[in-house]
Amino acid sequence: MLAKRIIPCLDCDLNIPNGRVVKGVEFKQIRYAGEPVELATKYYEDGADEIVFLDITASHERRETMAEVIKATTENVFVPICVGGGIRKPADYVNMLRAGADKCSTNTAAIQNPNLINEASKVVGSQACVIGIDAKRRYVENPKENSDKIIIETEKGYCWFDCSIYGGREFTGIDAISWAIECQKRGAGEILLTSMDRDGTKDGYDLELTRTMSENLDIPVIASGGVGNPDHIYDAFKIGKADAALAASIFHFNEYPVQVVKEHLKKRGILVRF
Amino acid sequence: MITIIDYGSGNLKSIKNGFKKINADAIVSSSLKDINDAEALVLPGVGAFGTAMENLNKYKESINNHIDLNKPFLGICLGLQVLFTSSNETPDIPGLDIFKGEVLHFPDSLKLQRLKIPQMGWNQLEIRNKCPILDGMGNDFMYFVHSYYVNPDEKNIITATVNYGIDVPAVICRDNIFATQFHPEKSGEKGLQILKNFVKLIFK
Repeated sequence: MLAKRIIPCLDCDLNIPNGRVVKGVEFKQIRYAGEPVELATKYYEDGADEIVFLDITASHERRETMAEVIKATTENVFVPICVGGGIRKPADYVNMLRAGADKCSTNTAAIQNPNLINEASKVVGSQACVIGIDAKRRYVENPKENSDKIIIETEKGYCWFDCSIYGGREFTGIDAISWAIECQKRGAGEILLTSMDRDGTKDGYDLELTRTMSENLDIPVIASGGVGNPDHIYDAFKIGKADAALAASIFHFNEYPVQVVKEHLKKRGILVRF
Repeated sequence: MITIIDYGSGNLKSIKNGFKKINADAIVSSSLKDINDAEALVLPGVGAFGTAMENLNKYKESINNHIDLNKPFLGICLGLQVLFTSSNETPDIPGLDIFKGEVLHFPDSLKLQRLKIPQMGWNQLEIRNKCPILDGMGNDFMYFVHSYYVNPDEKNIITATVNYGIDVPAVICRDNIFATQFHPEKSGEKGLQILKNFVKLIFK
């Protein structure tokens, strides 16, 4: 059976040579964690099952810098690599794969042009097409009045999940679960699901969001946003039914090294790779 | 010299990097000369069986010669599947037919077990037979990405399997022909061990 995957995420600011990994708390208080290539190599050696690079600058000019970062990383890192930020057309996927990446993640570009998923998956295969979804809870009084949305009952009442774009700066009103189902139909191979409510809080993943997503899809779901300790990751697998868990700050600032997280999960009966 | 056959398929750079990491000389090439001169051949592959076979046709003779000379050969992922007779992915396009058997899609019944298709992630090897490419390996996790699997006529060429609702052949081995359904170049240090074992065969 497949092991549950632990995925460190590197948010990269590529405005300086070699780039730097940053971590912001709700887009404030940016902290620097190190250089992307260096950190990725450290996480690989520490047992990461996959590594995600997100270009937070996501600009056209910086895409070459990201390709260089991937090239340098894959000389020493032998696990799958996923790249997100600034991927807008099938040629961008091809360029990143040529640099040594295995998957590309798109969010805004896919919402603005859903055909990108069909086109890209034909060119590079579904396995390389990850869709990033940044979702925020929208509570409603009466679930029947919002029949176009997938609504779930939570402890705090009924809610649906709103997709955001441009790194959380804009909301679309698109139902995240329905959108993910459409992505799957169009050829997406995986969903990288971030809770906007939890991101940066360290209160744990949004398990209701993660579980609803996972139960509605046949493709794997990566839980993201809110992890503060290894038990949160356990919950993402056990309660949230996630296939993989993504985390950033707990790894960057050495609160819980990858190996420590994996040992904890193993002790609690989760199948992880050693 | 090791030649990684470039027939327009997938992430070849990672395989080259894998060999470089273990201090082995590998080139990525589409030239017949480099393929004919190779001491060892690597056939990678991501994508569809039919397209791969169309692109591979011009290398067919060279691959067969290499194998007839008993020089080490390694197929990876789709590079394993094309070694078989045919695939139900594109039934009208024959494979290289080096191994007898069919390539099949994962059964829909996997979905009833809440297993996702493709199989994507790390699965644990179960070693069935001794094979030089698995020297020093145990029940290690390897990285898989695939929707089709091979069903060899001769079961004794299956050297290792993984369980994914069904027993999936993960390593195929006969004489100096080796093939893995997983990606050794994406399977961490244990994956590199497989590349090392392969390189050792060149000097045997």
